[in-house]
Parts: sequence; structure tokens; C-alpha cells
Amino acid sequence: MRILIIEDDRESADYLVKAFREVGYVADLAGDGEEGLAMAESGDYDVLVVDRMLPKRDGLSVIGALRDKGDRTPVLILSALGQVDDRIKGLRAGGDDYLPKPYSFAELLARVEVLSRRHGGPAEETVYRVGDLELDRLSHRVTRGKDELTLQPREFRLLEYLMKHAGQVVTRTMLLENVWDYHFDPQTNVIDVHISRLRSKIDKGFERPLLHTIRGAGYMIRDGLR
Amino acid sequence: MTAFGKLIRTTAFRLTLVYLFLFALFAASLLGYFAWNTRRLITEQITANVNAESDEISDVFSRRGLRGIVFTIENRALRPGANLYLVTAPNGQALAGNVGSLAPGVMAATGWVETAYRRLDEQDTANHLALVRVTELSGGFRLLIGRDLEERKRLFGIVAKAAQWSLLVVVVLGLGGGVFVARRVLRRIDAMTGTTQRIMAGDLSGRLPVGRSGDELDRLAENLNAMLERIEALMTGLKEVSDNIAHDLKTPLTRLRNRAEEALARSGNEAEYRNALERTIEESDALIRTFNALLMIARAESGQARGDMDEFDGADVARGIHELYEPLAEDNGLNLQVSTEPTPVRGNRELISQALANLVENAIKYGKPLPPQGAEIPINDEIRIEARRDGGMVLLQVIDHGQGIPASDRKHAMERFVRLDASRTQPGSGLGLSLASAVATLHGGELRLGDAAPGLKATLAFPASAGHRDGVASQTANVPQKVA
Repeated sequence: MRILIIEDDRESADYLVKAFREVGYVADLAGDGEEGLAMAESGDYDVLVVDRMLPKRDGLSVIGALRDKGDRTPVLILSALGQVDDRIKGLRAGGDDYLPKPYSFAELLARVEVLSRRHGGPAEETVYRVGDLELDRLSHRVTRGKDELTLQPREFRLLEYLMKHAGQVVTRTMLLENVWDYHFDPQTNVIDVHISRLRSKIDKGFERPLLHTIRGAGYMIRDGLR
Repeated sequence: MTAFGKLIRTTAFRLTLVYLFLFALFAASLLGYFAWNTRRLITEQITANVNAESDEISDVFSRRGLRGIVFTIENRALRPGANLYLVTAPNGQALAGNVGSLAPGVMAATGWVETAYRRLDEQDTANHLALVRVTELSGGFRLLIGRDLEERKRLFGIVAKAAQWSLLVVVVLGLGGGVFVARRVLRRIDAMTGTTQRIMAGDLSGRLPVGRSGDELDRLAENLNAMLERIEALMTGLKEVSDNIAHDLKTPLTRLRNRAEEALARSGNEAEYRNALERTIEESDALIRTFNALLMIARAESGQARGDMDEFDGADVARGIHELYEPLAEDNGLNLQVSTEPTPVRGNRELISQALANLVENAIKYGKPLPPQGAEIPINDEIRIEARRDGGMVLLQVIDHGQGIPASDRKHAMERFVRLDASRTQPGSGLGLSLASAVATLHGGELRLGDAAPGLKATLAFPASAGHRDGVASQTANVPQKVA
């Protein structure tokens, strides 16, 4: 995966480039808005990571210029402005995801991976499969092997989101945003409790666990650990 | 700028000048109309008088001939304030009358004419003006009867003088009044300016003087005072925040630093370093959360979040939060319930959700019932989220049956970073209730802490959205539907 990082703070930019390269991705760096726009237009990137406040040209206007030219490359906006309305402004300007600073790299990586998949991935399937676990999005039936599982509506949506991003790390914040549509930060481990309930329904009594906890990052549904 | 310059630049003074001009114009046109009408009246009177006398004398001429009218005219001309009379022969020679000379050609034509004349008995050479009628008598004789116009001229003089005087009075009174009013206004404005300058210099407690007349300046001063009140409250809030940041953020930062320093000083193995680093990250995450909460409170308190207000049903928020926290409550041995009725609210849905979530998290943390004294009393492990209407208000409540907060501590509990003794051992920033309170205030409502006997009843009370207020009666009549 090729990632372009447009960020003017040298230290955090270098940190990001190094961290992305360590997990095996190609990461390029642009230090201001003009340079970033030029590189984004000429290079073939899978995801852009754009800081909102940039010299020469601000992040939102870079995204706007790309979108005006029909460039649909997924963009993740990084910003010190983390309030709800700033987020909405960012998404309206054409961003696909919004991550307030300070962030953990695990969170950023998980979101970038989900974005790149969304961009190049297959069309929405009606049935998701992980191992012998099957989720039918039309009939709302969930089966594991021969057993039919009974899930609450919210558990169904939680599992649906996890399975849509099977093999990818999904963070707690991503779950809270995408399954519950809340953008605040609970002070308690409320998501973990939901996950453990779901886990007890889909993994309990089966030999191979599918729903894994990724330490320091979040959760992943996958047939076998990586 | 000189004091006088300032005075004549005031709006009050300029308005006075405009009024003055209009008033003078009005007075002048009134006098003009009066003068014109009077002149017409006098002319009419003269005409009628001359006509009557002319008829009379023509009559005398037809009955008694030339001799008769010469006698009559000589007779009448002697009376005081007499009209003008002249009778001429066909050859133009004057036969009788009191007119000494006339403008040339007056006697040539018959009818009305204004002419200069001089009386026979007058010594001075000045000509007067008269309105005269010339009639033709039989045999080529002509008769002139007229009246002096001096009276009309005098009247005009009086009117003109009256106009001058009244204009003078209007101007003097007007200017004086203008200066008086302008100075009065200027004094009050100067007082206001002085106060605002003091306030700008940093004395935020200053207030503008408000008079008792309730006029527009008083209303302005009252409004400015209300604005100052708000600014002062905001500034106090800001100061409080910075004090809190100084105190409560520096403590964990110091802890963080100490831990890193300690790990660095002690040459440990990799596991120890890893442990120290993990705890450092945990600590900084907690710091970030605290920081976010503080920013959010500041935003809510300053009213900035007012931009993203929508209409929505508070019942949906209550059900959503119940759905999110129900498993967590159950893991903590508590039973989270929800009951709702339609509660239309206009507000920031995200903020209200977060405020309610904070109340529920508090209830889960502190709402554990105490062990019952007697074995027969059942433990009430219920936490109830309610969305309901109370008149024009929408109430989002969280009721637990834990220890509650003593009445004396309730106000204190809503302040930033306050953690009551009972809660010191629990994780948390001490900002949950102050955020909830700030959100309620942002929406024109308040956070109320009450007694659930035993336990805490925390209520977010907002005004119901205006668009739905009419339906109060029908909606409150609905039986609350239980969803849990």
C-alpha cells in the first residue's frame, strides 16, 4: 500500500513515515499544502493522510482541489481540532475519516487500512464469511457451522462491521463511531463489554476462536491468529 | 475636538437643526397664507365700498345733474378718512374732488386700476397708491372713486415684522433647546464612554449608570450591563479553567515525568522498561481525555456549540444510551432500565448524548446499593434512565439507588475536577458532572441533582423544542412506554 502523508510538523511526520514503513507500507511525505497537492495529483496513492493546518494551503482546500478534479483517493484528516463540528466540516470537505490529535499510531493504522480496503475492495457482499461463521445481511441470519446464532440487533451490527473488515484491526473508537454513531470518548470500557458478549455468542463452545483482541489497538475477526 | 465641536456633532443637536428648519418653514408659510388672505379680504372690502359709492353718486348725477354730484363730492371729500373722488369734464378738466394728481392716462379708460396719486390738500410730494374705479357718466363726464392702499401696506408691514420676530424666537429657542438636549445626551454618553474605558482597561466589575426614566439610553445601558455580566462570567470561567489546568493537569504530568525519570535512572531489564512505557501511555491517554473534556466544557459554556442544533427526540437518545450501557451495568451487577415518552428537543444531539452517558457512567460507578440492614429488605439494584415531559420542559433523568450525594455537596459536585471523597478511589477525571451541567446550560436548561431516597436522581432539564410545545397535553397523556 502507498500512503502520502501531508504534515508540516517534521517530527511527527518522520515518525509516521517510519511507523508505516515498519509495517511494510510505502510512505511518502509532503511538508506543505502545495507540495502535497502536487504529489497527490502525480503519484498513485492508496490513501492520503492530511493534516488540517498546513502552510501555503490548508488541508481542507487540498482535499477540495483533489475532489474537484475527480480524484476519489480516500483521505484521512488529522487535526488538532477534535470537536464534533470540526469533524463534520472535515467530512463535508471531502475527507473520508477524521482523527483528532493526539492519536495512537495503532488507531491511525487501523483506520488507514480500512480506508484502503474501502477504496479498492470488492463490492458490498450480501453474505460475509469468516471460517465457518456466516452472516447474511439480507435475512439477518448468523450461523456458525451448523448452529444458528441468535443475536440482538446491535450485536448483529457489531458483528457485521467486524466481518466487513475481517482480517483488519478495528479500534474501539471506530466501533463506537460506526456501530453506535457516537463521537465522544467514554471513560469506561463499555465497548469491551459488548465485545465480550458477542464473543460469548460466536466463539463459546467452539474450538477455534474467531474474534481476537489485539493488544493496545482493538479487535479483529479472523480465522486463526496472524 | 473642542467641547462645542463635540456638542454640535451630536445626533440630538443635528436633529434639532432639522426640526428648526422645518418649524421655521412652517411658521413662514403660515404667516404668508395669513398675509395673502388678509390682502384679498381688504381688496374685496375696498371694491365693495367703492362700487356702492360709485352707484350712489351715479344715481345722484342722473337725478340732480352735474351740480348735484359736485356738491355731494365736495361734501364727502371733507369727511375724515374720505375716499378719493374726482369728476372730470369731457375735455379732461377736473370739476370736483380731492385728487390733486394722478398717473397719466388713468381717466382715459373705465374700470379698475391701481394707480399712484396725490391728494389736493397734501403738502409733501410723495405719491401714494390707491385702488380706483373710473366710470363714464352721460355727456362725456367721468367719475373716479377710489381708496388709498396705505392700510393694506401697513398691514403687510405688521405681518412682515411678526414673521421676523417669530423666526428669531424659533431659532433662539430651537438652538437653545438643541444645545440643552445635546448636552444632556452627551453627558450621559460621556459617562458611558468613561465606564467602558475603565472596563476596557481591565476592571470588568464596572457597570454603566442606568437612569430611572427607562428611555432608550437606559435600555441600552441595561443591555450593555447584561452583556458585561455575561462577559464577566465567561472570563471568570476562563480563569477557573486555567487555574484548574494549572493544578489538575500538572499533577498527572508530574507523575508521568517522575515515572519516566525513575525508569531511566534505574537500569532495569526490558520487561521493566516496557511496563514503565505502557503506564506512561496509559497516563497520557487519561490526560488527553481530561483535556478533551475540559475543551468541550469550555466550548459548551461559551455557547460555541450552538451552531449544530437539530430537532430530535430525547427518547431516542435515552434508548441509545441505555442500549450502549446496559451490558456494562449488568457486568457491574446493576440492572439498567429505560422508560421514555416523546420528548422533542432542539439541541446538539452528540453533546446531549454525551451528557446523559456521563450521568449513566456515574450511576454505574457510584450507584451500587449498600448492603441491606435486614435480610428481608431486597436490594434495589436498578438504575433507571427516563425521558419524560414536565410541562414545557423535557427531562432526561438517571436514577440510581446507591449512596447518593448529600444535599450540601450537590452544587459543589458539579464544579470542575471536584471528586467527592466517596469517589476518590474510582478512576475518573471529575469532569463528568460539570460537562453535563455545561451542556444543559448551553441548551437553556440545567442539571439538577436530587435525592432518590436512597440514591441520586440526576436530571438534565431542557426547554422542549418550540415547534412541539403545543402538543403538551396530548403527549403527556400518553402512557410511558417501557422499552427495557
